[in-house]
Amino acid sequence: MTRKMGYHRILISFLLLYLLLPLIATALYAFAGKWDHTILPETWTLDWFRQMSLDARFLESLWNSFYLCGISVLLSLIIMLPTVFIVTVYFPRWEFLFKSMVILPYAVPGIVAAVGLIRTYSSGPIAISGTPYILIGAYFVAILPYMYQGLRNSMLTVDAPALLDAAEMLGVSKITAFRTVILPNILPGITVSILLSFSVLFGEFVLTNMLVGGQIETVQIYLYNRLSESGHLASTIAILYFSFILLVSIGLTKMGNFMKGGLRL
Amino acid sequence: MKKKRGRRALILLGLLPFALLIIGFLLVPVFSMLTGSFMNDSGDGFSLDQYVTALTNAFYFKAIQNSVLIALFSSLAGIIIGALAAYSITLFSPAVRNRILLMSNMTSNFAGIPLAFAYIILLGNNGIFTLLFHEWGWDIFAGFNLYSWTGLTLVYVYFQIPLAILLVYPSFYGIREQWREASYLLGASPVKFWITIGLPCIAPALLGTLGILFANAMGAYATAYALVGSNYNLLAVRISSLVTGDVVTRPQLGSALAVLLAATSIAAVWINSMMTRKVAAFTSGPSESPQSPRTRLFQTRKKVSTDQKSLTGRESA
Repeated sequence: MTRKMGYHRILISFLLLYLLLPLIATALYAFAGKWDHTILPETWTLDWFRQMSLDARFLESLWNSFYLCGISVLLSLIIMLPTVFIVTVYFPRWEFLFKSMVILPYAVPGIVAAVGLIRTYSSGPIAISGTPYILIGAYFVAILPYMYQGLRNSMLTVDAPALLDAAEMLGVSKITAFRTVILPNILPGITVSILLSFSVLFGEFVLTNMLVGGQIETVQIYLYNRLSESGHLASTIAILYFSFILLVSIGLTKMGNFMKGGLRL
Repeated sequence: MKKKRGRRALILLGLLPFALLIIGFLLVPVFSMLTGSFMNDSGDGFSLDQYVTALTNAFYFKAIQNSVLIALFSSLAGIIIGALAAYSITLFSPAVRNRILLMSNMTSNFAGIPLAFAYIILLGNNGIFTLLFHEWGWDIFAGFNLYSWTGLTLVYVYFQIPLAILLVYPSFYGIREQWREASYLLGASPVKFWITIGLPCIAPALLGTLGILFANAMGAYATAYALVGSNYNLLAVRISSLVTGDVVTRPQLGSALAVLLAATSIAAVWINSMMTRKVAAFTSGPSESPQSPRTRLFQTRKKVSTDQKSLTGRESA
């Protein structure tokens, strides 16, 4: 048995090494001073991080990323919360139609979505190509599957229709019941959806590059533009980006466990 | 009665913002792309020219071929490594298991531009391993070029493996320990057990995952764009330069290629959902499989959702 387990240990060790190697290399590069023809860097430095924090263009791209992703997620939440509520409670029979439409952005690659959007908005009555508006619209559609599934699952988990019936029987209107009973109950689910959507958008490249690439620089676009100029700067950005995504994922896992614990009560 | 109708109107009004955004940013663009793909280059009149060009012109056909080949190779490699690794992971103790899965999920976020960059550091012209192999005189690797088909496939495999693990892993919990014990008692060897019971049991999951991996690689754009730019002839890269190119744009042809790409991805996702339904028949038993929060998000409590798929690891492009 132990000899058998040995094979699995070796396999998994190799796998983890393989998966972590690119990350480690990027991290090394971000802290490396002189590193031309040796295996490991000759000197170490924090200079790249200092340079990056002083780089106005980077700070602007960071701000662009945050506000574009933030507005899109907020818009999605404001619109999807009542929509999912209405569909689950009033039109459960339409749900399959609704669902297949909402899932579409997941099944179709970003490059395809970009083609349609450019065709529609690069000319004609609404020429918003290259502006934040088209990007926010595209982002809204891109995170639909995540938002919809997250919100719907949490509403079904707390059995929203039954809760509503109970509240109505006690003489409360549906709107009040939604606000005071359902909303507090699905708050963890909402948080997970927001975090997930945000991290998806933060790493978005195709739509951003094709729709507003020449006009607005998000972190991903900035990273791409800097790739050929300064490898060290690019790797510091990559490491920062990854740490941020990592924090969000840890938050997601924690929230997931929390929700699971909550369900058992 | 009147009051009721008024309330109904109010409810429908609540769906209006959603409807407007969906129409504006999903339905109209899809419709515009579909109609555009059936037009000639000047943009008027119905014609199948674009599809004929896409499938017969050597240049565009080559792009489709390259994409299909790279997607096929990377997803096959991904599923083989992923399935072997996923099985090994199931044998560890729960605590170790979760830590391995966490690490694998974590690296699945490492995709697109940052990933391409990491590979340049590792295997680019001045990469760590390039120098290392040179120093050691390993000439086999001297011909290796990251900015070629081989290099691109290597990077694609990297982002396929965590996704494959994530998707295949739960299906191993469909194989009950009792079945194995029973087959051993009846005199079957481990190999025989896997061929006659184990593999058929997880085959739907493997096939479904293969579909998702294939679609994932077909639609991947950021990694290829960052590594080889427009120099390498891939479907996604071709579409982008046809629509937003600097020199000459042929949006109708780009639309036709995009429709072809979308059709493959939708088919792959559909196959996956069919297969997941089959797997659900096995796995909806007492044996519980730990899952990532993202996978859990896509399942309802009451029934296993038909589109149980994780969103991690999708080349976040």
